[in-house]
Amino acid sequence: MDLFDILLSASFWTAAIRIASPLIFATLGELICERAGVLNLGIEGIMVAGAFAGWMAVYSGMGLWGGVAVAMLAGMMFGLIHSTLTVPFGLSQHVVGLGITLLATSLTYYAYRLALPEVTSPPKITAFKPYEIPVLSDLPLIGQALFSQTPLTYLAFVLVGLVSVVLYRTPLGLALRAAGENPSAVAAQGLSVTGLRMGAVIFGSGFMAVGGAFLTMSAFDSFFFEMVNGRGWICIALVVFGAWKPGKALLGAILFAAFDALQIRIQQTPLGANIPYQVFLMMPYLLSILALIAMSRRAEVPAALMVPFNKGER
Amino acid sequence: MRLEPIANPTLARTTLPPAIAIVATVFIASILAMVAGANPFAVLGLIIKGAAGSKFALLETLNRATPLIFTGLSVAVAFRAKLWNIGAEAQLYAGALITVVLGTGMLPWASPALLPVIALCAMLAGAVVLMAPALLKVRFGVDEVVTTLLFNFIFLLFISLLLEGPLKDPMGMGWPKSQRLIAEARLPRIIDGLRLHWGFALALIAAVAVWVIQQRTTLGYEMRAVGLNKEAADFAGIPVNRVLIKTALLSGGLAALAGFSEVAGLKGNLTLDLSPGFGYTGIIVAMLALLNPLAVIASALFIAGIFVGADSMSRAIGVPTYLADIMLATALLLMVLAILLTRFRLVRE
Repeated sequence: MDLFDILLSASFWTAAIRIASPLIFATLGELICERAGVLNLGIEGIMVAGAFAGWMAVYSGMGLWGGVAVAMLAGMMFGLIHSTLTVPFGLSQHVVGLGITLLATSLTYYAYRLALPEVTSPPKITAFKPYEIPVLSDLPLIGQALFSQTPLTYLAFVLVGLVSVVLYRTPLGLALRAAGENPSAVAAQGLSVTGLRMGAVIFGSGFMAVGGAFLTMSAFDSFFFEMVNGRGWICIALVVFGAWKPGKALLGAILFAAFDALQIRIQQTPLGANIPYQVFLMMPYLLSILALIAMSRRAEVPAALMVPFNKGER
Repeated sequence: MRLEPIANPTLARTTLPPAIAIVATVFIASILAMVAGANPFAVLGLIIKGAAGSKFALLETLNRATPLIFTGLSVAVAFRAKLWNIGAEAQLYAGALITVVLGTGMLPWASPALLPVIALCAMLAGAVVLMAPALLKVRFGVDEVVTTLLFNFIFLLFISLLLEGPLKDPMGMGWPKSQRLIAEARLPRIIDGLRLHWGFALALIAAVAVWVIQQRTTLGYEMRAVGLNKEAADFAGIPVNRVLIKTALLSGGLAALAGFSEVAGLKGNLTLDLSPGFGYTGIIVAMLALLNPLAVIASALFIAGIFVGADSMSRAIGVPTYLADIMLATALLLMVLAILLTRFRLVRE
């Protein structure tokens, strides 16, 4: 198959948008945290927890949207632990974040083993089904890609718009961004930097967990160990690539997912068959590193990112 | 709410928070054991017995602690200079890779010549692997946390590629594993008949060596200065970037020794499950040791004990071994908080 044939096929772009969806949720979540000044390295573990919590809730009889809510709550709980330690106590965001990833991952695996002892292949749930939006899904090329996805993908896109509006068009968003740029100014306005940052981390972590849940409830229909497989770390790179802006982060996620979908297709060509499959599997991680290098000079990092705020201290 | 330093901390202030952190960790583990339908006292008893209850258990703990001392030192050295090396896992595999490349017959030397050469080359390989993220940090300002994490995935895939290609053991029944090391490339046991190899002794020596470097050399002083305040160190004329690169070389080399010691001392060949996350666990080892290289030994023994004990407990009464990981994560989070609370108090306004 020719490269152009691939790039012009609707199924390719449909796959790209599907691959991008969990990344969009988690990248938005990380972006909210970082915009308020907190690096959340708990992302990888929180995605694992969300993937399990949502899937388990549906498996034990809840509706699909109930499962999404459970995943979100699970993520918010880890966000609460993370932000309690990093915001009022100002502990190292690196150490706490990695600790949260370990805690969330091991709690998830523990719960999985307790809930399903001795299973060789995890049970399946009835996952979200693609919903074709009338008229729009008949558009050429983008119609199928954008408008015949599962409801969770639509939610991801809606969320990008919502987060943009809140960040740039509301007083809350202004305060949140200021908490990540100049927390003293926020405090001088009589607002609570602690409250803003904790809220951002809690909600951001909820979004990350929904990103994880997308994997078990929309992309696939069951839970596997190691299924998140570094996606959380890739999302941290995507936040940088998107210059901490929701719209650009969305483009970054789609671009990234398109490359991922492309490498899967090239693997199946005669050319790809001669290259070890590991080379293809490396691509997403290499691409993330390249994105970080490309953006390193231009990115405007929130000035107070990773700087704990202690009122009255200069 | 804000933090207020405590001018003259009392004895209770400096000892109580860490003690409470340990008690709370055990308490949380007990609740989780009860959730699994087990008696928490039985679970804790079995973990302790499994970690140190017999000569066999104790040796198993020492063996498990060996790679953790190396990765713990690697992290401690890096974090002290605020170089966030989360890539000990990749560097460990780099060391293991060099060990099987050089130790499967390429260098037909006797042990006294072969082993030091392999160890040094392994260290070099680990250092090279960390060099990429370190240079990206120094040259482009790319955050090393994310790059070292991503390199772990890339490097493991690279190892997988080699084990299914050029390094594949032709006699391996199709499994992705390397050939076995020649006898001269194996680390001997310290005492005949006891299942403990010289890698453990090497780990202890490495810990002392790192302590000496940190406490008694200019480089050690510079590393601490860069870690405490980069701008001030720069102002004082310390070549910050050069120090960071040297730190990376040392840190990568130490993590690689874990791979060398595991392959040459324990496993004898390279497989994809050589390390069950020793590189990541090294972070907890280093943090619980407060980044002190000598305390890393105790911390690694403690953590190895929990893992070995939990394995044995799980075999006995079926509570998932992930309980050990939960305990470590909880201990890590509570301990960093407890240590802060020995010096600060949180006051309401």
